Amino acid sequence: MNGFVGSIRARLRSPNATAYAVMLIAALVYPEIVQFVTGGNGDALVGLAADAGIFVLLAIGLNVVVGFAGLLDLGYAAFFAIGAYTYAIIASDELATAPIHHAVHIPFWIAMFVGLFVAAGFGALLGAPTLRLRGDYLAIVTLGFGEIVPRVFRNLNVWTGGVFGVSAIDPPTVPRWLDGPWAGDPFGIQQDLQLTSANLTGFYIVIVVVIIGVVILVNNLERSRLGRAWMAVREDETAAAATGVNTVNIKLLAFAIGASTSGFAGAFYGAKLSVVNSDQFSFIISITVLSMVVLGGMGNIPGAMIGGLVLYFILYKFLPDAPNQVASLVQSIGLGWLNNTNPNGWPGLGEEVNRLKYIIFGLIIVGIMLYRPQGLLPSRARRQELTSEEVPGIGAPRELQS
Amino acid sequence: MLERVRSATSGRIFGLAPLDLIGLLLLAVAVVWLIPQVVASGPGYFAQVLVFGVALGAIYALVALGYTMVYGIVELINFAHGDVFTLGAFISLPLLPLFGLTEDKSHGIDLVLGLIPVFLITMALCALVNVVIERVAYRPLRNAPRLAPLITAIGMSSILEGAMFLWKGPFNIHYPDLLPATQVPIGGGVTISAKSLIIVAVAIILVLGLTLFINGSKLGKAMRATAQDRDAAQLMGININATIAATFFIGAALAGAGGIIYGLYFGTLTAFLGFSAGLVAFTAAVFGGIGNIPGAALGGLLIGLISQMGDGYLDPFMNRHFGPGTWTQVLIFALLILVLVFRPSGLLGMRVPEK
Repeated sequence: MNGFVGSIRARLRSPNATAYAVMLIAALVYPEIVQFVTGGNGDALVGLAADAGIFVLLAIGLNVVVGFAGLLDLGYAAFFAIGAYTYAIIASDELATAPIHHAVHIPFWIAMFVGLFVAAGFGALLGAPTLRLRGDYLAIVTLGFGEIVPRVFRNLNVWTGGVFGVSAIDPPTVPRWLDGPWAGDPFGIQQDLQLTSANLTGFYIVIVVVIIGVVILVNNLERSRLGRAWMAVREDETAAAATGVNTVNIKLLAFAIGASTSGFAGAFYGAKLSVVNSDQFSFIISITVLSMVVLGGMGNIPGAMIGGLVLYFILYKFLPDAPNQVASLVQSIGLGWLNNTNPNGWPGLGEEVNRLKYIIFGLIIVGIMLYRPQGLLPSRARRQELTSEEVPGIGAPRELQS
Repeated sequence: MLERVRSATSGRIFGLAPLDLIGLLLLAVAVVWLIPQVVASGPGYFAQVLVFGVALGAIYALVALGYTMVYGIVELINFAHGDVFTLGAFISLPLLPLFGLTEDKSHGIDLVLGLIPVFLITMALCALVNVVIERVAYRPLRNAPRLAPLITAIGMSSILEGAMFLWKGPFNIHYPDLLPATQVPIGGGVTISAKSLIIVAVAIILVLGLTLFINGSKLGKAMRATAQDRDAAQLMGININATIAATFFIGAALAGAGGIIYGLYFGTLTAFLGFSAGLVAFTAAVFGGIGNIPGAALGGLLIGLISQMGDGYLDPFMNRHFGPGTWTQVLIFALLILVLVFRPSGLLGMRVPEK
């Protein structure tokens, strides 16, 4: 008994375990607290958290590629787009107007895995010829791919709805659903509940469950033979190859697993928004997810998740709300004239704050890299790497080594 | 690694490595597809496409030079470079009226005398901005993992775009149309706009000047030495920091000039122009062989031509079959991937062993 309690204590001392515990508890109580505080009108905030969950999934997936295997992927949004469009096309009326003239409606729970495998397939397809390239060349290839995919989706009018994208995508259907005060309803069981925008709590719960599953899987991967091979490749590819690691296959697996997570998240995204459009998958999404991973702590799963949550809050809640907040603040302290546009080109303080968002985003990224390159919650290996002095060579003094 | 070496030396067909052969095959397919398109739309149209392509290529070449120089010396993709290019156009906007250049009175010797100081001041300011970026965001990370400066570069790019966005807002900005609209006939009923000629001439002067500088001057020699082996160069008494700063300075000056030329030629700007233009210019640098200065100029020219061919021939073709859409950027980025897969050293670059 004592040993059991002791082992729990020891685990709690590790920052990762604490982070997991805090996030799990926060995820469980978040909808109740929101509904309680807002008096039952908190659906929008719960939906926001569900969207944040999608980005957390993306961050976990990209962490496998960038953090574990050390491959810089600047086109991660492409796989997100592929997952979202795959789901959108096979679960809406879109194909009725395509040359096959037959709408396909595959249930979400199957289609989500179709999205996953299609994205993984494209990941392998892109990775197979390019993963031999040096690190920054790979970054460019993925960047190019990330630019190509949304454009192709926009241009293939007949299949993808062109500029307007695919709309009226099927919502997921849950066979049984337990209603309760967490969603602001009385207790009860619903049959065949459709998770539409009227039931964002349902989405939230599904995404939390999915994240828990993905975290368990990725955690196991990290500690597996494959995970150790990824670390070896990341630290020194030549040495890894010399010790018998098949570096190309290992990298390809990291790439495909990252892509599949992204495709999975994409299917969710399409189902949640019920609209997909090529503009949602631009370069800025790839950069945002990369920044989440870097901010949280590259190579550490709970780090990437926290980075995802923090950055999502800043980018999608704090910055969009800031213009109105600032405008009403200056109004309340009697400087309301600042909010009026004037003909000299002053667009009003609110708009000016809105225009600041790119600078703020850039400053966040540069600031992290300069002042806390290990991220908010760094992985153990990386923390040691960044803080300790280089291990002195054995044998000849360093100055004499070639 | 070993397999690569073997495949590069053996299995050659007609003295070509298999991968080069695939590239040539793709090129042949493209040419075979292009010929009927060109014939169908007539020689006048073809000449227009060529002229536009060369002018656009000259602008891309100026931007690509900065990418290639910076990559050559510190192995960093300076994502902010495309935005320095846009910044050139933005900075020159308020400078033009200061030197008496407005749309209603700009011709002859006044135009030349006005544009020269505008070019010089803009180039100097852009260069200064880029040197500050290097000092603040790249130099502290010079010995960090390679990912780190790449990410700060993206951050700096966002900051520059944000600053220009804050300055001018989200709308398209009109750039004064100063260059003469004269058309120069070259026979066969085909004409070339004087604008294109001026732009190409300015670009050629700048590129030639840069090449002479790199090959001839002491600083140029220091830059080449630093690019080859930074530690050895330092041991030889070269001031590495100053040399790298000078590289960023020169690259940004060329990009700033490219920005003005872009404004003069196309007449509209947005704060976010630099992102995609920068990517295309970077593609040009990779295409020509990154780190190679004549390569960047050649790559820029070819990418300009290819993108105009895409606009002029590929888009109408695709639109007939797939409905409205622009395919040029898809073509260019696909080309980027193909070049990196089949010939990562580019057209003029040498095969560099991985460090």
